[in-house]
Amino acid sequence: MLIKLTGGTVYDPASGIDGKVQDIYIQDGHIVDNPNKVVVDKEYDLRGKVVMSGAIDMHTHIGGGKGNIARTLLPEDHRLDPVHRSDITRSGCGHAMPSTFVTGYRYAEMGYTAGFEPAVLPINARQAHMEMADIPILDKGGYVMLGSDDYLLRMLTVKKDQKAINDYVAWTMHSAKAIGVKVVNPGGINAFKFNQRKLDLDEQNCHYGVTPRQILQVLATAVKEIGVTHPLHVHGCNLGVPGNVQTTLDTIQGIGGLPMHLTHIQFHSYGTEGDFKFSSGAAQIAEAINKNKNITIDVGQILFGQTVTASGDNMRQHANHKHASPNKWVTMDIECDAGCGVVPFKYKDKNFVNALQWAIGLETFLLVDDPWRIFLTTDHPNGAPFTSYPHLIRLLMDRSFRNEMLLTIHPEAQKMTTLASIEREYTLQEIAIMTRAGAAKLIGLKDRGGLSAGNWADITVYTDNFDRQKMFEKPDYVFKDGQLVVVDGKVVSIKWGTTHVVKPEFDASVEKGLKDYFDRYLTMKLGNFRISDDEITEDGRGSITVHPLKGDVA
Amino acid sequence: MIEITEVPSPFCGIGTDDLTIRVDGLLMKVIENGCAVNTPAFEQPITDTSARAEGKEVSFEQAISKAAEILKVTKLPLISGCATDVNGMRGLLALADRCGAVVDNANFAGARNNFLALQDSGWMNTTLAEVKNRCDLLLVVGTDLEVFAPRFYERYLWNKESMFLEDTHQRTVIYLGKGPSGNASTSPNGKKAKVIECVTDDLPEVIAVLRALVKGQQIRASSVCGLAVADLQLLADQLKAAKYGVVTWAAGALSYAHAELTVQKLSEMIKDINNLNTRCSGLPLAGKEGDQTANQVCGWTTGYPVRTSFSRGYPEYDPFLNDTIALLARGEADALVWVQAFNANAVPPETTLPTIVVGRSGMKFSKEPDVFIPVGTPGIDHAGHAYRMDNVVAIRLKKLRDSGLPSTAQVLHAIEQAL
Repeated sequence: MLIKLTGGTVYDPASGIDGKVQDIYIQDGHIVDNPNKVVVDKEYDLRGKVVMSGAIDMHTHIGGGKGNIARTLLPEDHRLDPVHRSDITRSGCGHAMPSTFVTGYRYAEMGYTAGFEPAVLPINARQAHMEMADIPILDKGGYVMLGSDDYLLRMLTVKKDQKAINDYVAWTMHSAKAIGVKVVNPGGINAFKFNQRKLDLDEQNCHYGVTPRQILQVLATAVKEIGVTHPLHVHGCNLGVPGNVQTTLDTIQGIGGLPMHLTHIQFHSYGTEGDFKFSSGAAQIAEAINKNKNITIDVGQILFGQTVTASGDNMRQHANHKHASPNKWVTMDIECDAGCGVVPFKYKDKNFVNALQWAIGLETFLLVDDPWRIFLTTDHPNGAPFTSYPHLIRLLMDRSFRNEMLLTIHPEAQKMTTLASIEREYTLQEIAIMTRAGAAKLIGLKDRGGLSAGNWADITVYTDNFDRQKMFEKPDYVFKDGQLVVVDGKVVSIKWGTTHVVKPEFDASVEKGLKDYFDRYLTMKLGNFRISDDEITEDGRGSITVHPLKGDVA
Repeated sequence: MIEITEVPSPFCGIGTDDLTIRVDGLLMKVIENGCAVNTPAFEQPITDTSARAEGKEVSFEQAISKAAEILKVTKLPLISGCATDVNGMRGLLALADRCGAVVDNANFAGARNNFLALQDSGWMNTTLAEVKNRCDLLLVVGTDLEVFAPRFYERYLWNKESMFLEDTHQRTVIYLGKGPSGNASTSPNGKKAKVIECVTDDLPEVIAVLRALVKGQQIRASSVCGLAVADLQLLADQLKAAKYGVVTWAAGALSYAHAELTVQKLSEMIKDINNLNTRCSGLPLAGKEGDQTANQVCGWTTGYPVRTSFSRGYPEYDPFLNDTIALLARGEADALVWVQAFNANAVPPETTLPTIVVGRSGMKFSKEPDVFIPVGTPGIDHAGHAYRMDNVVAIRLKKLRDSGLPSTAQVLHAIEQAL
């Protein structure tokens, strides 16, 4: 079947195309060159429409235990947004932490065709993949979490060499079926189990004597040396702590030029100035990002309203439980592997801290120059549910709207932000970079995130509208792998996406030490721990797509 | 005849995965690392191999179409038991969504005590590997732990080595409520568990006093429910002095009204201890016959645990109204689908409603159901996934033999297709 998309205005940063009218052809799920065939099976007249590739959320909590705890914790939130079944869609719940099926539908209905779960605990990776297997339409993948696992900390204590650590990291990526590696509060989740309540960049774990700086260094090196495209994905120390802007700047300096992605940086950009001892560090952060080309970030924008925060960082989540709204929360220590903390939050525009958090996120977006190194996230659901993306895009693209909103927040927060003076408005091309081409490049997705021939036909078509929120919340058409799945912002057919992974090489002897460790200290046999491909594919819907490693494998 | 090693068990809830099983055709023999729970569950023979409708053997297809016939004319079918693997639950929830059913799990009456506490105030919990390596004090509340999980102590407390304790034999075990029925809790060097004994129904009062003592409140009484307050004071002090205390309970064993308040009190006490400059965690026991699996899969599919109704076209959770027994007693349900792939002895509740049983081979019914479709057991007859008690870990179940029995997922999917 040959599909022709005729006359749309194409924004395809991957090919350097910025708002050019051109036709796109789809055949067998892929974008193809004009086949010069007379017979086109189906033609869509896209004259006057905006065409981009399907959007990719590179950091969204859509699979794994902490999300399911968040769901279980908040029946009252689900009751406000029940989702009916239809002839083609399943029922579920929406709002803060939607059910898996609804997650897929609502992402697709906003023009997204892929989402990546950033906090896959090795021991919980099965659950992450099983949940993501029940998310329709989207492609998915995960970043496996290391850095508070006792195995790595033991290796560091006995000064294992970088090669041994590389093998362990690569092995873990295989076992957990990951496409990236994440570290959360490096070593901090582990330190919390020893009753440490904070852990600065150079503070030692009281049992292992290892510091977060060392953990970042060895993991960032490992990720680079085993050839994984996505740089080490870092949720830094001291999340949410006033003054943590210095920690973040030190983290950037400390990584010594290695590729590193700092996630939800908004939560790590706080100063201690002003009457409330809470101020914006966004300008300093943006300056450091602009200067250090090895660093990428996503923002983790907060938006006002009820949500729930679900994080691996049980140390910081425990400290933050005092802000729980409603007042109920969960933390867990998990399997000598990691942990999690789930704390419901209601961000309020009339609360000084929340209002300034909102402004800090926007300042960060607007002060970082290079849209290829900054990504649009709310750290769903932590800063806000993903369904708020169209609103966020309008804030970025429409200065007068932004300034109107600014006037409604806590007056003291208005005084503490430079937002009103920032003139920048994001262009459609910059939005396309942040949410498509840049994200695909950052994660290392081959044949995704672009509209040139050879790419998979993940395509979103919008009606240009000065109100960018309206434009981005209701695409005219969304194609997933060439199949029309959304029309006028509603799912019209169901498709199942693939699971994106990488398979870096490792020395098989790594399993010797691991087997001994598993037998002595863990609760599962090593052979039962590894996830096999058929666990993802055996239901007949799932598939695995292995992406290439970087050519410059050390 | 083959021997299969490192077999994971979906039966005991604590994720034992070191069983060695000898498979001879359809016969199974646990030859290493069996226990009173796992061995009979694995060795149970296959007796039924074909489906029945109205007591007569029928083909698989005939059974499916008969089941679909029953469900087509129902207004509020009840799908209960929910004892199966992850794929079985996926099929079950798809069917429930399709026919507007209520789903409920057989163990929910106990699990509700945990969910009500969790959904009202939350908790701080831990998992088995943390217990194995860190726990220096285990408080067992109202539960006979070794009957619940015979190998708990051997695997997770009296392990030879741990990463953070010099000698695991030095761990302290204390029972509050009923004492242990055996000696599994006695350490290998002979140290017996301490028992602070009271009747189960007195636990709410005893635990209220214990929490008050943890918080440093003055208790003027010298005894509570026959226990010396001084003994509880000592326990409070031990909990506060432990580096990594763990409090465990089986919510179903707290068999009195509003036991959720006990779970909540314990969970809040654990939070209090974590504010007293040390660590302490809860460890709710569960994971039997797919209960955690049912709640997990229902959780990500609907947002809610089981006891969820699809009758209005979207999921509605009600841990009281959607109770199987209550729905049957009130005459609200008009058909029963009983799904139980693990335990042939767990037969459906008595009812005059049209009944479809998707059950483990070997079920004996006092009243023959309208349709009985024997299914394979996850982890024996087909591969699958099941959740352990600690909710984080899904174990990969193996296929051990070729019985030809369909999986729960296959049966429920076929019924859905036939609707």
